[in-house]
Amino acid sequence: MKELDVATFLAVFQEMLGPLLWALIALAAAATVLFVWVMLRDRGLRPRRLVWAEVAGLAGGIAAVLFMLAVTQSQLADIGGPVDWVLVAVIFVAGGVGTVVAAYGVLGALRHLA
Amino acid sequence: MPITSNSTDLPAAPGRRRFIIGGAAAAALAGVATATGAPAQTQTRARVVIAGGGAAGLATAARLSRRLAGAEITILDRRREHFYQPGFTLVAAGLKGPSYVTGATGDFVPAGVRWIEESAAEFDPAGRKVVTDAGRTLPYDFLVVATGLTLDYGAIAGMDVARIGQDGLGSVYASPQAAAATWAAMSSFADRGGVALFGRPSTEMKCAGAPLKYAFLTDDTLRRRGTRGRAELIYNAHNRVLFSVPIVAEKVRMLYRDRGIRTNYEHELQAIDIGRKVATFRTPGGPKELQYDFINVVPPMRAPEAVRNSPLRWQTGPFAADGWIEVDRATLRHSRFAEVFAVGDVAGVPKGKTAASVKWQVPVAVDHLVAQIAGRTSDARYNGYTSCPLITRIGRAMLVEFDYEDNLQPSFPGVIAPLEELWITWMMKIVALKPTYLAMLRGMA
Ligand SMILES: Cc1cc2nc3c(=O)[nH]c(=O)nc-3n(C[C@H](O)[C@H](O)[C@H](O)COP(=O)(O)OP(=O)(O)OC[C@H]3O[C@@H](n4cnc5c(N)ncnc54)[C@H](O)[C@@H]3O)c2cc1C
Repeated sequence: MKELDVATFLAVFQEMLGPLLWALIALAAAATVLFVWVMLRDRGLRPRRLVWAEVAGLAGGIAAVLFMLAVTQSQLADIGGPVDWVLVAVIFVAGGVGTVVAAYGVLGALRHLA
Repeated sequence: MPITSNSTDLPAAPGRRRFIIGGAAAAALAGVATATGAPAQTQTRARVVIAGGGAAGLATAARLSRRLAGAEITILDRRREHFYQPGFTLVAAGLKGPSYVTGATGDFVPAGVRWIEESAAEFDPAGRKVVTDAGRTLPYDFLVVATGLTLDYGAIAGMDVARIGQDGLGSVYASPQAAAATWAAMSSFADRGGVALFGRPSTEMKCAGAPLKYAFLTDDTLRRRGTRGRAELIYNAHNRVLFSVPIVAEKVRMLYRDRGIRTNYEHELQAIDIGRKVATFRTPGGPKELQYDFINVVPPMRAPEAVRNSPLRWQTGPFAADGWIEVDRATLRHSRFAEVFAVGDVAGVPKGKTAASVKWQVPVAVDHLVAQIAGRTSDARYNGYTSCPLITRIGRAMLVEFDYEDNLQPSFPGVIAPLEELWITWMMKIVALKPTYLAMLRGMA
């Protein structure tokens, strides 16, 4: 592949997801804003809330991996070389971190488990 | 030359591209253009005819319309449906439906480009004109031939495309519907077992990996159904190797050995008796009949008739017989007609008849064409890059990328190993390839 630049990546993701791409970017942005807002409001992280968010993050990471296996009609047994495990780790971390941020933000906004 | 050309900082003509409104916007675009490596627009009145609106034709139209302001660009193609052909294999493996590979040509014709729903019937490069099947004459200053190729099913005695899907007859190539029908035939074979035949023609062909993949996919389907022990899989290579690139051929040979896929060398399908389920192969020892329960027919491939009958074809050498266009392999410019280019499957260059080659060929041909209009020269070169993610089972594939000289050309050296069965490669095939292809049609990848 030639021209592996940002514009190409964006064009490819646009074709892949269509309007969903912007919805996902908006969702990620909203989650980040919520997280930052909650943190500023509380002047720091609340450990108890963070633990709950991390529990959700664990589930989110696993869900992300299962989701990618499902959309690619693959099984865990198809994971072959080291780069495959790296990819699984990246998907897990991305799903996990995203969920932690979103969950912390939402829990903070609701304040129930604060 | 009657073509006006020029400068790189001219404001774009109004209406040429939706988001260029005036000088300021054009300047903004120039900034973007530098970031993406694309030069700014060249002013011209050139008439550019693009024969064929498939992968190569649409990608060419997208790039040309972005780089030329004021040009009259015309696409000629009678087909309204656009086929994402690399997905045919997934349809024939039961993983996707025909709609996954079927789009509309009209959705990809760039704004400002005229699309005439007629075929090129006659090329007259000396008179610089194309005559369509409706009798319309189109004079041009530049011609880009992107007609793809013709599947010559007629060259196989007894073959009947209408019967694909019945009596164990498969053929992934014919159409999205044929790919789906091939899945039906392969799936019912996988339930019962028996003998399955695979192979390829001795002509140049698009995606030479596709026939190999289909044998792997059939093997995998049988294993999933628990019927592999009741089946015999035979791959008939047209020459003495499984693939034209030695290092790939050896890898496939080892994988076939591992999967228990038998190989016949120097066997080319010449006739088929669909009722009796007997295929006849041309071999050095004379015709040889093989009984089958399932067969994937891959027909000989040639340049479309209008090209074959034109002066554009190679006159001598290995590409002459099937009428491929005589272009310089590095620039894709015609060797005898300087204002003619050929891109995609119809180009008479070694190897690469793939969408991946299209992706690399089009920017080169476009750069030479635009340079000629602007009175410059271009040093863009196509090195023969081609790629074919070789599926080895559902869930795994090998990245196979190479150039004219049989050198591997890994896109992700040190990260994704070529010739290794990986999930990441499979994932790219199933998740990223189609969006990349569609972005290519829009000139964005
Ligand atoms: C089963 C299969 C699997 C494949 N797998 C892969 C893969 O994994 N990776 C990969 O990179 N590539 C793959 N390919 C190859 C890839 O699809 C082609 O190489 C690519 O589409 C070539 O583009 P093209 O524009 O030259 O031809 P096409 O996309 O076929 O377009 C040609 C166009 O020209 C039109 N046309 C024909 N004759 C005329 C005429 N006389 N006048 C006007 N228009 C005309 C046709 O209607 C068509 O629209 C595969 C192909 C098949 C069939």
